[in-house]
Amino acid sequence: MPTYGKGLRGLSILTFVTIAVALILVFFYVPLDATQGFIQKIFYIHVPLAIVSLCGFVFGGVLAVMHLRTGDRRYDLRSYVAIHMALIFGVAALLAGSIWAKASWGHWWVWNDPTLVSYLIVLLMFATYTPLRFSIEDPERQARYASVFAIVGGAFVPLNFIAVRAAQEYVHPRVLTLTGSNLPGPMLLTFLVSLLGITLLYITLWKYEMAAKNTRIQMRALRRRLLGDDDISPLQRSAAPSL
Amino acid sequence: MKTAFTVLRKDLLLELRTLETLPAMALFSISTFVIFHFGLNQDTIHGQLAAGVLTATLLFAGILGVNRLFVAEREQGGFDAFLLAPVDRSSLLLAKATALFLFLVALEVIAVPAFGVLLLGPPLGPRLPSLIVVLALADLGIAVIGTLVSALAVQTRARDVIGPVMGLPLLIPALIATARAIGPLLGTVGPGSLPGKWLLILALYDLVFALVAYAVFDFLLED
Repeated sequence: MPTYGKGLRGLSILTFVTIAVALILVFFYVPLDATQGFIQKIFYIHVPLAIVSLCGFVFGGVLAVMHLRTGDRRYDLRSYVAIHMALIFGVAALLAGSIWAKASWGHWWVWNDPTLVSYLIVLLMFATYTPLRFSIEDPERQARYASVFAIVGGAFVPLNFIAVRAAQEYVHPRVLTLTGSNLPGPMLLTFLVSLLGITLLYITLWKYEMAAKNTRIQMRALRRRLLGDDDISPLQRSAAPSL
Repeated sequence: MKTAFTVLRKDLLLELRTLETLPAMALFSISTFVIFHFGLNQDTIHGQLAAGVLTATLLFAGILGVNRLFVAEREQGGFDAFLLAPVDRSSLLLAKATALFLFLVALEVIAVPAFGVLLLGPPLGPRLPSLIVVLALADLGIAVIGTLVSALAVQTRARDVIGPVMGLPLLIPALIATARAIGPLLGTVGPGSLPGKWLLILALYDLVFALVAYAVFDFLLED
């Protein structure tokens, strides 16, 4: 059984350094935005958070496909942790987006910004992932159903963006288009470093969570072998897979 | 295909004999129109507002059908019986989605004329053909996603809650496309042309989720 602890220290240091560099670039290197001024700097946090959390949802869906294909319950644990982390990143992205909206448009919430609205819908959808797991008792069925949900959710993410984007006029500053980026050089560099930093943060946290969950499961198995089934306290109710 | 037809026939027969779901859906939709009349304080509505009221009402009434879709199977061991039979499991998806689609059509046969009488300002008649096209595509989406969500939710403890909470966000893009496609049809000046963009999005949505549902449905039946 892999422990997920391998290389975690190096990865943590790398993440820390990248995010520190990104913050230095954001605050001391990149020029102020001509129209929005200082508040535009939240862009370097908000957009990477949003991109990484969406990729996290899709990543969770891919792991769920692997779970259904192989029947290996460890993929379900990985998928669970991926979606869990993506949800946390998603809430942070939504909050950052809301602050940005307040500062630049004067309202905490704007309905005519398709990116923000589709984000909310995706979050509403994935917010039912944990309650769904929670309300299925049989662990094997819980894993299977959660995977089905994760796959449906993964397919839902891009479709939802198409529908909401078509429904509204474009007001969100479009940064990365299919034809290339329309950011000036220093801003692009800072953005890419921030994106890298947040991506590394996601991967590091995912690995930490996997290592913690794994350790707990192995501890339990060892205790059970040592003390017998009767002396182990029953599992607390949790949405997390127990393997 | 034959299995699907048998299950579908069973579902329709069951509904005809017990009348558990359809009358409830129809009554629910008419009550909702009354609620909208008082909530909006309008005698007649038109345009995008009318489209929104109609779409939301049909969606919520449809959710009632979604919640009931697999209840008989769960309570009376239909799932086990189906698994014991040497048949293709996808046929259950096909049968249930078709049953839900037919329920939705039956609901609309009652709810849309009622909407025309109770709330809609402009006359319904000339707008009906285009409306049928949009609603048929919308029903397809609700039927596919509803069947998937219902099959997911029916095995959980909090199924009456999980189903709608999971289904509504999934249906939001379909709801957006339906409401936006119907909006121009219900204008006061006469029926506008069908907005192709929204029909395309709705069709794409139906297609993708039909494929996803077909791919994952088997895993919901395994035991």
